[in-house]
Amino acid sequence: MASLNAFITEERIESDADGPLAGKTVAVKDNISTEGVRTTCGSAMLDDYVAPYDATVVSRLKDAGATIVGKSNMDEFGMGTTTETSAFGPTRNPVDTDRVPGGSSGGSAAAVTAGEADLALGSDTGGSIRCPAAFCGVVGIKPTYGLVSRYGLVAYANSLEQIGPIAPSVSEAASLLDVISGEDANDSTTVAEGDDSDYAAAAGGDVDGLTLGVPTELIEGADEGVVETFWDSISELEAQGATYEEVSLESIEHALAAYYVIATSEASSNLARFDGVRYGLSGGEGNWNESFARAREEGFGAEVKRRILLGTYALSAGYHDKYYKKAQDARAWVRRDFEGVFDDVDLVASPTMPVLPPELGESLDDPLQLYLMDANTVPVNLANLPAISVPAGEADGLPVGLQLVAPKFDESTMIRAASAVE
Amino acid sequence: MSDSPVDSEEVRHVAELARVDLADEEVEEFAAQFADILAYFDALDEVPEIEADEDLVNVMRPDEVREGLSQEEALSNATETEAGYFKGPRVS
Repeated sequence: MASLNAFITEERIESDADGPLAGKTVAVKDNISTEGVRTTCGSAMLDDYVAPYDATVVSRLKDAGATIVGKSNMDEFGMGTTTETSAFGPTRNPVDTDRVPGGSSGGSAAAVTAGEADLALGSDTGGSIRCPAAFCGVVGIKPTYGLVSRYGLVAYANSLEQIGPIAPSVSEAASLLDVISGEDANDSTTVAEGDDSDYAAAAGGDVDGLTLGVPTELIEGADEGVVETFWDSISELEAQGATYEEVSLESIEHALAAYYVIATSEASSNLARFDGVRYGLSGGEGNWNESFARAREEGFGAEVKRRILLGTYALSAGYHDKYYKKAQDARAWVRRDFEGVFDDVDLVASPTMPVLPPELGESLDDPLQLYLMDANTVPVNLANLPAISVPAGEADGLPVGLQLVAPKFDESTMIRAASAVE
Repeated sequence: MSDSPVDSEEVRHVAELARVDLADEEVEEFAAQFADILAYFDALDEVPEIEADEDLVNVMRPDEVREGLSQEEALSNATETEAGYFKGPRVS
């Protein structure tokens, strides 16, 4: 199965700690710093960058006794929905090797599905854990913003992204979340809620009395096979004692535009650190500006350049109020909309992805079409909420994911309901 | 539609601000794509002003000296160094 290209670097880091992950192998997404190991972010810019320190989540994996087996492939700097924009070639979906594994944590999900790792870490800025989990038929959790430390995660859009687990089952994903969650002095956006968590214990599958809200806006645009599989899984939860009602999230139509304005704006700022001087590809001779611009021309792929330029444009004089400020309003609106819905229901349910996994190469030409695929996942990041993608079944022989979204820090309810779907 | 059509010149200007050299083909391609994407972003014009009442708290800690990367580690990924410093291109 080496042909999947799930890893950029295969390197075994053993731990002799006797923790909850002793004997488990873990794949770590290649934008998470690992001391002494190449950390490329899927970019030619960082082809030979070796991280001089461990991300907090990597220290926690080691303390828990996990064996790291490699750095998994990803869309360059986390920018993509298919894992085709990696400078190290696309990853293939183990379920159907002519298809994409989803992205941007595609290598992590493919490694777990193919059994090349027991568990994996991904990062989710607009759906990058949940999308590949859905396309590869495994479980992925995007935690509440602040639950897991981002120290050592190479930033793309830091107000949106969280590190989270990918695993074959809900209880294994929950166990990995228990290991990585909790306050960290090196990331002042972390909170204490996850300090003594026992999310694994929540995976008992009891959904009696639980109410689910299904936003009509997230069903309407989805593929027929996806929608059928989604409703089958809702029926299954009903049979186990849950109820559902249709809800409306009026703001959601604007979420995608707001997400791309905010994400590209933050990207244009965060990726300004790649000047080719302190690390990364060198721009060579010339004055600072020439050298800087040449390093970035050679080091970044098309999608990364596209997003840096879109973000620079959105923040430039004359457009700041039109794009960035309005996007922040939309973000506040999305957050308030979710809060209103959670007054009535325990969880929000939808298909994770509105489509089935595309074939390799099929979706690359039109960036806007690709951005539209993220419609169901990005509202969660804008609202800083937790969400899980759990396999809901198949359509045309391909995996479909069910997404469950919970109120802030209510990972337990979400994990409980997801375990009832398995 | 956007009231600010993006032409090649504008793409070149933004690329200069962002310090990214672009090939001529890239400029043409991005100009076409940005027109579509920015037209899509225009949907934000319909968003009402929202009172954002985030309950944020300051996170403070004493300003104490702590272990950090050694000078050698900090320089380990630089292409060019000199006498323990990063060596960059001339500024002008």
